[in-house]
Amino acid sequence: MLKLIDIDFEVKKGRSRLKILDHLSLEILPNTLTVITGPNGSGKSTLAEIVMGIKTPTNGRIILNNIDITDKSITERAKLGIAFSFQQPVKFNGINVYDLLNIANGELISKEEASKLLKSVGLDSEKYLLREVNGKLSGGELKRIEIASILARNAELLIFDEPEAGIDLWSFEDLTRLFRKLKAMKKTLLIISHQERILKLADKIIVLEEGSIKDQGKPADVLAKIKEEKR
Amino acid sequence: MNWTNEEKQIFCEVADVFEIPEGAYNFRVNGKSVGRKSTENINIEPKTDVSGLDIHIKPGTKNETVHIPVAISVTGLSEAVYNDFHVGKGADVTIIAGCGIYNCGPTDSTHNGIHRFFIEKGAKVRYIERHYGFGGGRGGKILNPVTELYMEDDTEALLEMEQIKGVDSTIRETKAKLGDRAKLVVKERLMTHGRQKAESSYNVILDGVDSTADVVSRAIAQDVSRQNLKLTIVGNNKCRGHSECNAILMDDAKVIATPSLEAANINAELIHEAAIGKIAGDQLTKLMTLGLTKKEAESKIINGFLK
Ligand SMILES: Nc1ncnc2c1ncn2[C@@H]1O[C@H](COP(=O)(O)OP(=O)(O)OP(=O)(O)O)[C@@H](O)[C@H]1O
Ligand SMILES: [Mg+2]
Repeated sequence: MLKLIDIDFEVKKGRSRLKILDHLSLEILPNTLTVITGPNGSGKSTLAEIVMGIKTPTNGRIILNNIDITDKSITERAKLGIAFSFQQPVKFNGINVYDLLNIANGELISKEEASKLLKSVGLDSEKYLLREVNGKLSGGELKRIEIASILARNAELLIFDEPEAGIDLWSFEDLTRLFRKLKAMKKTLLIISHQERILKLADKIIVLEEGSIKDQGKPADVLAKIKEEKR
Repeated sequence: MNWTNEEKQIFCEVADVFEIPEGAYNFRVNGKSVGRKSTENINIEPKTDVSGLDIHIKPGTKNETVHIPVAISVTGLSEAVYNDFHVGKGADVTIIAGCGIYNCGPTDSTHNGIHRFFIEKGAKVRYIERHYGFGGGRGGKILNPVTELYMEDDTEALLEMEQIKGVDSTIRETKAKLGDRAKLVVKERLMTHGRQKAESSYNVILDGVDSTADVVSRAIAQDVSRQNLKLTIVGNNKCRGHSECNAILMDDAKVIATPSLEAANINAELIHEAAIGKIAGDQLTKLMTLGLTKKEAESKIINGFLK
């Protein structure tokens, strides 16, 4: 499905260059759920943004379904079936939830369809469908709308950057159920998370540290190691 | 009424009128009234000294509408029109004005619309004004509106004013004087493109105790267009005033925003916010991740911003 080959990402820092991702290679198989975890600042969001085309790697190739997409724009990648849920949802002026879902879907969807999407992220469409996607919404509400916009895309590869952030404990169960359902729908999922309950859903966990893969494997093994280290 | 296609397009764009509207109206085409109707509560009379109308709205008139759109579809016409609205005590009405110019000829066509509102105690007015121009001639499409509001105690005015397309040059002047507990809300939307120039100034005087004003101007300047926005709020009493000027700058356009607050009473609370900048990068990126091209994303953001 997705292959990253020898990805470097550097930024200028004064006169020198700072390496954010360092010779990173990984493969994500179709219809699997991969969770990337690791300390703050280890490069998880950067990695996701590189896959979506928001950031351009200094070096390396990105292959999606055997097509080299390294030089493709964000729009082209979106059209090739990648969807990306931002860690920090974006706020707009004059664009309401229904507009956003329509844009995400690419075609006009019915209000019923839109309501279903909102329901799957725990939002009552009566209250939210025509709300503007702006700073008047709470962090958790924005995050749920962000996730709904990804569900509206019908993409093949869904990337979620810390989907649990801002979502209350009570709804956590719904979120994990949603990921399981997406997997049952033959989607490929790449989720960035710090949450053990999400890590446990994974077919594979990748642990990132200082821009490199520190460990990867089945949840039981990786989680055991993490716990071992904490001791 | 026999309208040309251009005139129909103008009335559609500026007043959402596809046919004769309900309520009182006056349609002005190329300097002449081509249709006028008064109602039991709303009397529209032409002025005798200058070009324009006296519009009297009886006290207590509720939920009625006045349409007074203007169309110019010839080149080289220049006019000044003086319309006075006398809104009686306790009335609650919607006034739909607006002007469109179609100019495909070599000389400028200009409409200077001077609108004065005398709003009596307890009355409420919603005023909608849209300006629009089209036609590919060398002659300019020029619109210079002056809006003056004299608001007595306990009155409310909501002004929705937009200039979205095709106006080459505009000088907009809005003045308001508010009595006790009077409330003014202004939503202005301005978009300029090409070589257009727009100037808009507000002078809101909060004379009355507990009077409030909320003036929000959103502007988009594209290509090499120029905009100059001046927002002044004066607080002479215990009052609250908020003005906000938000501009998106594109291409080689230029925007000057000059906020000004004058407080002459210790209990006057006046706030101004102003921001000029390019289209937010994260908004563009988000919409592109949803499959829009950069151009499509820009236009969605602009349309939303101007809502
Ligand atoms: N343009 C940039 N300039 C300088 N430093 C940058 C830039 N972009 C990213 N970084 C740095 O790269 C590192 C990785 O950032 P990234 O956002 O990918 O971390 P993360 O693993 O997602 O962290 P978190 O768990 O906090 O979300 C951070 O130290 C960040 O400060
Ligand atoms: Mg991150």
